This record gives sequence, C-alpha cells and structure tokens, in this order.
Amino acid sequence: MGDGVRSPDAKSTLRVCALYPDLMNIYADRGNLLVLERRCAWRGIGFELSSCGLGEHFDAGAHDLFYLGGGQDRDQRLCAEDLIETKSAALHAAAARGAVVLGVCGGFQLLGHNYALGNEQIEGVGLLDVATVRGHGPRLIGNIAIELSPGASAGEEREGRVLAGFENHGGRTTLGERQEPLGRVLRGHGNDGCSGYEGARRGNTIGTYLHGPLLPKNAWFADWLVALALGVPEGELEPLDDGIEREAHLSALRAARV
Amino acid sequence: MGGALGVKLAIARGVGVLSRLGGRGATSAPGKVLIGLDSHAIETLAGRLPRGSALISATNGKTTTAAMAAAIFEQAGITLVHNDAGANMAGGVASALLGAARARKGIAGELGLFEVDELWLDLLATQLHPRAILLANLFRDQLDRYGELEAIGERWAQVRGRERLVLNADDPLVADLGRERSSALYYGVEDDSLALPGMAHAADAKHCRRCGAPYVFDAIYLGHLGRYHCPRCGQRRPAPAITATQIRLEGVRAVRFTLHTADGEGEVALALPGLYNVYNALAAAALANALGVSLQHTLAGLQRAEAAFGRAESVTVSAGEASGEEGAPRRELRILLVKNPSGANEVLRTLVLEPGKHDLLGVLNDNIADGRDVSWIWDADFELLAGRIRRVTCSGTRAPELAMRLKYAGVEPEQIRVQADLRRALWQAVGDRNGSHAPLYALPTYTAMLSLRELLVKRGEAHAWS
Repeated sequence: MGDGVRSPDAKSTLRVCALYPDLMNIYADRGNLLVLERRCAWRGIGFELSSCGLGEHFDAGAHDLFYLGGGQDRDQRLCAEDLIETKSAALHAAAARGAVVLGVCGGFQLLGHNYALGNEQIEGVGLLDVATVRGHGPRLIGNIAIELSPGASAGEEREGRVLAGFENHGGRTTLGERQEPLGRVLRGHGNDGCSGYEGARRGNTIGTYLHGPLLPKNAWFADWLVALALGVPEGELEPLDDGIEREAHLSALRAARV
Repeated sequence: MGGALGVKLAIARGVGVLSRLGGRGATSAPGKVLIGLDSHAIETLAGRLPRGSALISATNGKTTTAAMAAAIFEQAGITLVHNDAGANMAGGVASALLGAARARKGIAGELGLFEVDELWLDLLATQLHPRAILLANLFRDQLDRYGELEAIGERWAQVRGRERLVLNADDPLVADLGRERSSALYYGVEDDSLALPGMAHAADAKHCRRCGAPYVFDAIYLGHLGRYHCPRCGQRRPAPAITATQIRLEGVRAVRFTLHTADGEGEVALALPGLYNVYNALAAAALANALGVSLQHTLAGLQRAEAAFGRAESVTVSAGEASGEEGAPRRELRILLVKNPSGANEVLRTLVLEPGKHDLLGVLNDNIADGRDVSWIWDADFELLAGRIRRVTCSGTRAPELAMRLKYAGVEPEQIRVQADLRRALWQAVGDRNGSHAPLYALPTYTAMLSLRELLVKRGEAHAWS
C-alpha cells in the first residue's frame, strides 16, 4: 500500500495511528480519538486504532490519520528525540502520500522545525514551516475561537467555519513566510498572542493549540478530517443526528464569547 | 504588638460580620483582610497553639481527610482550630485562626488542623511551622491553574522545615519526597483483591522521579497509586507503617477494612464509600499516629467520621418546586463531588457498585475554582455508566459538553436531558422517579456543589455550613 492509492474497499475503514498515546495525552487527547471512532462506527465505517510509542516504528502506508497530542515537558522531550530517530522519515512519507497528520498543542510544536526553551532547543520533524520559542511572558491560557482560513484548498466549503477550544501554552509559535495558518483568532491568544494567527496547515498536515479536546467541541471538523483521511468528499459521509454535538459546539463558542 | 494585633483582629472580624450579612458565607474574606493589615498574622496566631499545627495537602481528598482527622483528634480530647469548610488558601487559614483568637494572646484550640491548597503549601508551611505535613496524592487537575503535576511535586520538595512528613507510599511522586527524611511516616493499601487490571487512562506519574525510566507496577489500586518499582535505578515503594487490608466495598454507602499500625490492628467501618475513602482514612490515621494519638482513639474517630461538605452528603428533597409542598414526593439526593479525572473515576467506580440503573444529575461548571478548561471530562471514565443510566440531567455552565461526553461514553441520547439552569434541572431530576425509591445521584463540580447546596439550604433541605 505504499503507492498512496487505496482500493475502494479500503475506504470503508479509517486507520488511525496514535503517536505516544501514553505520554502525549495531557489535555484529554483521548477525546479526539473517541470522537473519530464513534462517528465512524455510527456510519458503519470501520475504525482501526493502533498506537506507536517510544522506540517503535510504523509503516507509512498503513495509516490514514496520525494523531499527536500534548505532554508534560519531560515527556515531550523524550518524544521529540524519539520522533526524529524512529518516526520522522515514515511520517514525512505518510504525509506526502496524503495521510492526515494532526498535532495538538505539544504535538503541533513537534510538527514544526524546532522549539527553543532558553538555551535548549528541541528539534521537530519539520512537516510544518513553524518555529516555537518559550516566551518570557505568561502562559497563554483560555477559551479560544478561530475562523478557518479561506482557500486553504480549492473546492472546500470551509470558509468562515469556526473552531472552538481551550488553549494553554507557554510556547510562542511563528509561521514561516509561506506557511498558512489554520485560522484567524476571533477570541483568545492564538500562536503567539499577537499575530492573530492560530495553528498551521500544509496539505493534510494540521497543527493547532486548540484542545478542550478539539474534536468533541467541533464534531463537524472531525467529519471533515475523516473525509480527508479516507479521500472521499465530505458530503458523502452519512449525516448523523448531531443535536447534542451542535449544542456542545455552541457551548464552547459561548465560553469563548463568540 | 499584642495590642496592635488586637485592633487588627477586631477590624477583620467586622469584615466577617459584614460579609455574612451580605448573604454569602465567604469564609476567607476576614482572613484576607487580616493578612492585609498584618502580614505576620498567621505566624503570630499559629504560634499561640500549644500543640502546634498539622497540614494536609493533596489533589484529592483534602477536606474529607481533614474531617476524618478532626474526628480522631476530638476522640483524643484535643481541641482544634480547623478550616473545615474547605477554604484552603492563606485567607481561609487566617480566617480559622482569627475565629479562634482570644484576648491576652489566647487562642481557643490546642492544635491547628489545616487543609492547604497544593500551590499554597510552601508559603503556608513557612508561616505555620507545622509539626507534621500529610501529603496524600498528586493527580492531574486543573492544568490551567496548577500546571503540570511534576512541577507541584518540585514545589513540595522545597518544603524543608523540621516537620514530620506523613506520605502516601502508593503514590510514587509523593513517596519520593521522603527520600532524605528518615522520620517520614508512610501509609499504603495492601490488598491485591482490589488491584485493577490496568492503569486508568488519566494516570500520571508513570515515570521514575529520580531517573525518568517508566515504573513497573506490580499492582494498581487507583489511578497511578499502587505497588511499583523502577527497573533502572531500583527505587521502589517504601514499606508503609500504616496499612489497610481486607477491604470490603459496600456500594455508595460504606466501606470496611482492617487498619494496621505499629500499635496493633483494628476493624474500621466507614460510613463513607469507596477505596478513595480508605485512602483518606489511612491518611488521617497516619497523621494521628505521627502526632501520638492512640490506635483506640483513631478507630473510634474513624467510626464516627461523616461526609464532609458536599462529599457523599445525603439530603432528602421534595419533588415540588418549593420544599414541603403538599403531597410532593420526597426523594434521597446523594451529592458526590467530581472535580478531576481521578476523583471522578473513583466516584463512578463506586457508583456502579450499586445494582440497577441510576438517575443522575451531572453539573459541569467552568468557574475559576472548577478550572476554566473542561477537557478533563474526556479523561474521566464515564464509559462505566454505559448501560447503567435510567435518566441523566446535565446542568451547569457547560451542560451541553457534559451531555456530549456522556453520549460518546455510550449513554443513549434519549436518556440525556440538558437543562443549564440548575434550579430547574434539580426540580426535573428529582421528579424522575422510577418508583423504586432509588436515590438521585448528583455529580457536581466544586462551584456547582456550592450552588446546589445553596439551593437546598434555601429550600430548607440541607443545613448551612458555618
């Protein structure tokens, strides 16, 4: 399956790989995986969850979506080293093949070039053209809402859609010259507290500081990721009874005063 | 100095009277005023206590453990100055001392018993010069306020007075704080019949505080509490001097166990549920032991320990809109505080020991004292409730997000009601009677618990806390 083309049958299963789920899970990252799993199950789409921890390798062609969450400082250091040593090449190959790579909080930082903490520098995998510095100022904490950047990819009707979440990060992340943000901050701090940008997106690789967790607060975004990972138009996903999901989304938006 | 302090005490007391007249029992307000008038007030007043002070800190169980310890000390005839309503920062401690201060450098109480917020322990320890500090556990909690738990562990490690440390041997991060303190007294659970099949999802402190290697757990009792060792550097759980064996869980009402100390052993029948309360009782027993209280008084005290403020409290409520409404059915409401994943997991684990399907009132608030970030509900194992719910009413400032969590935990959407307004939610939930006189279980976060109690007090169905 290394050629990037899936057989039609394969589309009936979403194959998710959670990177370091026992270390990078500080902001209830399990909620993101659970939302993907249930929404696939309710539609009769298969769901395979595998995990890849310290020292382990994965097959770049064996997964449609990679998830990397946030961790405590020491755990994040451990994972950063391991990511470079054992997973970076395969992750680049998977991303080039079109797999979705979603990094949240610490995971977002590790998808960038590097993270400078005083005299120390943690190297990232460089899938996103971003760099992070631990600022002298206070941590950026609070409810946040962002509007997704228009035109990130032709043919998508994502324009003007809003994500809600909670951010809590000491790092300030800046985008490279040609790096698109994931969205613009409506309320909250965003990547660095001043640029008005939040997250980053390049192809199907997405990084964001929004946890809360992200997908339970934005079920529509979970569906969008599922469609992207399976390579089907979002409209082809069977609609679900999302009354509770919409209320939860609105509740998180209200918390961010949007 | 004494005279000047006397005036400041009078002013601060006046503020307390005014804030009570204002309607809310703001227990930390007069203490804050006192500290503002005299930054040494805590140290000065605590210095009057003939038996000194004992501090209790932990992520979970501070208030209940302190209530149990208070019951034990009372059995031993030791009078206390105790911040028993859970106001556990400097203002709350100062208020308790202020309330006990008497003229001519007097104080009404022999021993100060203070539960202390995790982030205030270092500061308050330097002012109170405690004889003993009980450190019970560190769990993932309110990351937006407390930060990462290893950082709290480091702050606790900076507390280096002459106090005796009383430590939970089963929590690796806490137990390691006694590494260089030969006088440290350890307590722990020794009952493998209660070991869990694996580590809870929200478990933390999985790596050796000394060398960073992952611990090997030979038994896990609760979250990351258990019997562990480090395969790399050899650090292992210290052998506890105070232990619980033969633990028998009796649903949401009670738990029994055998308590062992150097003085002997005895049976404890706690009128509080769950393994987490065994840990609280062990902690209280260990603190009492460290301060020289006999096993006999300890057993007698634990026997009569009651639910602390909003923790497993039981209240009878009427389904009418006002209390005592003619012919309105009455129903037992049990309040089980939930405020972080590990605490919620233990409440849920205890709740599902009760047979049958339950009616629940979940109240999720996101005020500062709850943590603004409600992510934690996704770390708690609400999956335990799947198939065990008759009706659940979700309320609080973030009610729909709790409903979302329950739906994804496997609770049927038809069984989930969302009612953000707590008064209406309570009324509706109490009205969901399934004919079997089954209680309604309320699972509120901290400020939701306060609001819920306030409602019940207004209806005359719960008594107000001092």
